[in-house]
Amino acid sequence: MGLADLFGRRRKSESEAADAASPDLPVYPTKALARFLTSLSSRQQPLLLDLGPVVGPNVTFFGEQLGCKILVEDLYKDIDRHVVEGKVDALPAFFAQRFAQESNSVDGILCWDVFDFLEKPAAVQLAQQLTRILRPEGALLGFFGTAEPVAGAKANYAKHIVIDQANLQHRLYPAARGKQRPVLNRDIQRMFEPLRVTEQFLLKSNIREVLFRKNAAPAVAAPSPNPVPTT
Amino acid sequence: MWKRDEAVKPASGQPATPAAPTAPQQQASAPVAPPQPESRRQQIERDVVNIGKSVVIKGELNGSEDLTIEGHVEGKIELKDHVLTIGPNGKIKAEVYAKAVIVLGEVHGNVLASEKVDIRDGGSVDGDIVSPRVAIAEGAHFRGSVDMQRKAGQPAPQQAQKPAQQGGQQPQPAAVAR
Repeated sequence: MGLADLFGRRRKSESEAADAASPDLPVYPTKALARFLTSLSSRQQPLLLDLGPVVGPNVTFFGEQLGCKILVEDLYKDIDRHVVEGKVDALPAFFAQRFAQESNSVDGILCWDVFDFLEKPAAVQLAQQLTRILRPEGALLGFFGTAEPVAGAKANYAKHIVIDQANLQHRLYPAARGKQRPVLNRDIQRMFEPLRVTEQFLLKSNIREVLFRKNAAPAVAAPSPNPVPTT
Repeated sequence: MWKRDEAVKPASGQPATPAAPTAPQQQASAPVAPPQPESRRQQIERDVVNIGKSVVIKGELNGSEDLTIEGHVEGKIELKDHVLTIGPNGKIKAEVYAKAVIVLGEVHGNVLASEKVDIRDGGSVDGDIVSPRVAIAEGAHFRGSVDMQRKAGQPAPQQAQKPAQQGGQQPQPAAVAR
């Protein structure tokens, strides 16, 4: 089943119109989202992990139109809570326990720009956990800023609202603290090893869109005490 | 021209009643049933059952009519062919099965609806949703999973939380509308 088949399932409905993104917000182009969706299209009902806050139009887009099962785990809220409680140093340990999903269980992960709000230890731990739960041949999409944080600037998170596979809107809302120092490209690659970077785009908005893929599982699996038959 | 103006303007300073003389003619020409807003509203109010703020229910709640909950319910709620509304004061700790679920209050538990789940502004759901249509308003809280493919009432495929036992193989969903 190709991507065209998935998009062919679009339905015009009253809820779609009601859930439509706001026309007042600026639209930002995205190049990696379409590639990310293509990687999901090989699955019949892909399991998608969204690390941002729940967004109605996104649920409609991924769930109703693309047939994904969506898991919403708002990490921005977790970061905010730790900042407010003065427990930012505990974030790496928190992320180590955060995800109940078993290894190799998720087909796609939408990180949005969550890594921009983390210091390196927390970012590394989060990347390791996401790498663990991503299924072989699964895809992970992350946005990474390139601009240094400006002192005194208003701290905001952005809800990323999917307009279509090539356009997003950002709906800002207050954050407990702003973005941290940008992560270098080589550090991004190292954080997510053994995932491989398959696409990387630097947009005019100074955002790096990085698409990772997990290598396929080896053809011959190591013997295990409780072998599971595969089809 | 003159006749039309005379028809609109009030005569000799008296208040205008333009709709009154034409209304019976319209009713006579078009066989439209006369509206009965008051009786209709009373009928609807009779058909919707409310569980008030002070009510606490622990156990299983079944019904065959639309229900609005403003109180606390723990256990299981089953309104297979009807609409369940969790009011702004409602607090639910239960598995919910209904035709449509509208959430303005708090729900802790899984929600299965055969038609639609609607989480309104201020509404909160901590649990998994299975429904072909899901609407989540700006300002709503949700944590869990959304499955819009599986029919409500069918068993979940062993995928969401314990899929690693397949060793990289994805289980087939119970029902996929393609």
